[in-house]
Amino acid sequence: MKFIPHHLQTIIDGIRDIAQDYGLDFFETIFEMVDYQQMNEIAAFGGFPTRYPHWRFGMEYEQLAKSYEYGLSKIYEMVINNDPSYAYLLEGNNLVDQKTVIAHVYAHVDFFKNNYYFSKTNRRMVDEMANHGARIRRYVDRHGIEAVENFIDTCLSIDNLIDYYSPFIERRSKPMSEEEMRNREVPKFKAKDYMDEFINPQEFIDSQKRKMAEEAEQAKNFPREPQRDIMLFLVENGTLEAWESDILSMIREEAYYFAPQGQTKIMNEGWASYWHSKILTSKVLDDSEIIDFADINSRVMSSAPGQLNPYKLGVALYRDIEDRWNRGRFGKEWEDVDDLERRYNWDKELGLGKEQIFRVRKLYNDVTFIDEFLTEDFARENQMFTFGYNRKSGNWEIESREFKEIKEKLLNSLTNFGQPFIYVRDGNYRNRSELLLHHKYEGTELRVDYARGVLEALYRIWKRPVNIETIMDDKGQLLSYDGSEHKEKSITYKPI
Amino acid sequence: MTELNKIKQDHRRFKQIVRGKIKRNLRKYMSQGEITGRQGKDLVKVPLPRIDIPRFRFSQKQQGGVGQGDGDVGDSLGSGEQSPGQAGPAGNQEGQHGVEVDISLEELAQIMGEELELPNIEPKGVKRIETMRDRYSGIRSTGPESLRHFKRTYKAALQRMISTDEYDLDNPIVIPTKEDRRYRSWKETSIPESNALIVYMMDVSGSMGDEQKEIVRIESFWIDTWLRSQYKGIDSRYIIHDATAKEVDRDTFFRTRESGGTMISSAYKLAMGIIEEEYATDEWNIYLFHFSDGDNWSVDDTGECMRILTHGLLPRANMFCYGQVESPYGSGQFIKDINEHFGNHDRVTVSEIKNRDAIYDSIKEFLGKGL
Repeated sequence: MKFIPHHLQTIIDGIRDIAQDYGLDFFETIFEMVDYQQMNEIAAFGGFPTRYPHWRFGMEYEQLAKSYEYGLSKIYEMVINNDPSYAYLLEGNNLVDQKTVIAHVYAHVDFFKNNYYFSKTNRRMVDEMANHGARIRRYVDRHGIEAVENFIDTCLSIDNLIDYYSPFIERRSKPMSEEEMRNREVPKFKAKDYMDEFINPQEFIDSQKRKMAEEAEQAKNFPREPQRDIMLFLVENGTLEAWESDILSMIREEAYYFAPQGQTKIMNEGWASYWHSKILTSKVLDDSEIIDFADINSRVMSSAPGQLNPYKLGVALYRDIEDRWNRGRFGKEWEDVDDLERRYNWDKELGLGKEQIFRVRKLYNDVTFIDEFLTEDFARENQMFTFGYNRKSGNWEIESREFKEIKEKLLNSLTNFGQPFIYVRDGNYRNRSELLLHHKYEGTELRVDYARGVLEALYRIWKRPVNIETIMDDKGQLLSYDGSEHKEKSITYKPI
Repeated sequence: MTELNKIKQDHRRFKQIVRGKIKRNLRKYMSQGEITGRQGKDLVKVPLPRIDIPRFRFSQKQQGGVGQGDGDVGDSLGSGEQSPGQAGPAGNQEGQHGVEVDISLEELAQIMGEELELPNIEPKGVKRIETMRDRYSGIRSTGPESLRHFKRTYKAALQRMISTDEYDLDNPIVIPTKEDRRYRSWKETSIPESNALIVYMMDVSGSMGDEQKEIVRIESFWIDTWLRSQYKGIDSRYIIHDATAKEVDRDTFFRTRESGGTMISSAYKLAMGIIEEEYATDEWNIYLFHFSDGDNWSVDDTGECMRILTHGLLPRANMFCYGQVESPYGSGQFIKDINEHFGNHDRVTVSEIKNRDAIYDSIKEFLGKGL
């Protein structure tokens, strides 16, 4: 790690001021200079050099180091969501690259600070990660690397089984116990005796009673209702030793910390790319640097067929939004215009573009962003298509250029990160303390070999047989693992 | 913020895990020939099933995704198991099936040695070739200027000046005197090397089919890997024979298919010739491997073989290994003949290789003696 040389610090300060003038609002950002080895190392740790020991970071490092050595890829920048933010510059990059990265970083930090989905993330994560590292190292000293690492593997198998929206749910009251629910009275409106049967009619009271009885019945369920935060359920109810439980909680916390970055990949990279282009081309570069900038920018924006580059899609969408709001191309009035000529020349000169993109970066995530702002015109202009696997030819083929299908497929792949929705349905399945998970089937099957791997991990935590209900070949199927062998049987699939 | 070498630990753990996996699956790798087919220069690619962490995910072929670019509906974007791009930009890179790891042949040999419990080979005779090497491993206070060690010199001078209070913080000039100078020094080390010759002989008569050759190919790959890890300089020679024998290159050795009868003695004669002409026995460790389905032409020829072995090859070789591969026409008589003649000979090893699964044990038989 090296200090930033003086001339670069001047450039950083300059870009920071320009970014601020444009209205970007970021945490203090500390830049550090690293060589490619350190860069690969930090990247392997997901940005946190102090993380706990685990083999997968070593695997990650090997892959990064190899693809760098073979000239396949190179990490340009890395920035950590933290207050203050840390950003790394690669030593030996040319000056235009560095300038691009610096501007890009400031926009990322603005996004971290202002986007709603980041609002609940721990802004002292650098300290927290170091803390996790220290705790896990202590467990390693006590229980040995094998045991601890194996258990971490187990936890990582389920680290996507969290509820991405739960940080935003505020629970005001403590849930009632089953006992309390049974003894509840139907609340009545105050009324004089002779009015009572009109103000509190018997049918209503009865129906409320039935409803309450149902609720009380449900309260016997465990969990009370299907729960998506399976990690939490296991922290609270799994059969674990103290150190195991601690590790599971840490990994859950890290999963929640990283989740918003996955939820806003297109938006975040688009935002950063929008601003590095804007800042560099309007205020920073001189004529001699433009070609170099175009070169690096085109590399960032490139995409192979069948690939969707989040940088490219994101920046194009922001620009489209800015343009539409500048010219008033939104709302009912605009939607209703059929005449091509009028559409083409439509410009109400509202100049709301900048305000709108700042609002969008504050309130949206990738799913809502695409849902609301990906228009048919945009999809056509950007040559979007859907593709799928053709079993007959054994090829991946372009399937459609229909807007509806493109949008649906894109949203599907973004919703829940393109991963299946899994719930805990029953923690006392068959009344034998078995665990029953539920896969909310939406047309795509689970991959069985992986599902089995996860069941094994779950068994390690639950210590009793674990099951998941899903659909295979259009029929309900129950996958089970009892600690020694995997079983499958058909069931009737009841959706939740 | 970085702690130096922290990643090294994780990297070492990763390598350990990889090693462990390879070790546990060695039998499978040996029978399936997955590794030999991917041989590069001195690295091999080893496919590792499921080293990645399993998570609930969708089965891939049903998925597809959204892309951008030219093309009409129905145009191909690429074939194969993997999706050409990622299904969604937010999906993390979980598209891959297991992982492929590069591993050096040396390490592979080590793993193999551990798993098969192979003894290290004690080379015979004088270690012939000695290479001399200069190593710059020390520092001394005299020497030629071209070897002056600037840093050490500077340090010594600085030390001296500080201890004598000549050093001035405001004017930090360090002037080395003659006593401060430090020079690199070297040591001559000699590295003894012993050399080995491996002669592979294979029966390519009509009865040896593709599967039999594949078995020989896989088996020789592993033998080669092991012996190479034991000797610095290795010569490999390849002989194929049916009724006559000829020397060929490695490539041809594994590809050729001939027809016709089998005269094993022809191969032994040729091997004998090569050794006598080019390899002085007191300088070379000689290994002979012969693979055949054991269907020799005549009893006379078998007798001839035994004679060459007894008087010619065996006195010169560290080891003679005969592997009998079972062909569709059954297993021949030759293995019994050899057993009869050399059953107790400690430098003769025979092994019957019924099918691919037997490769593992056969290698163990061949190399387990440590000769």
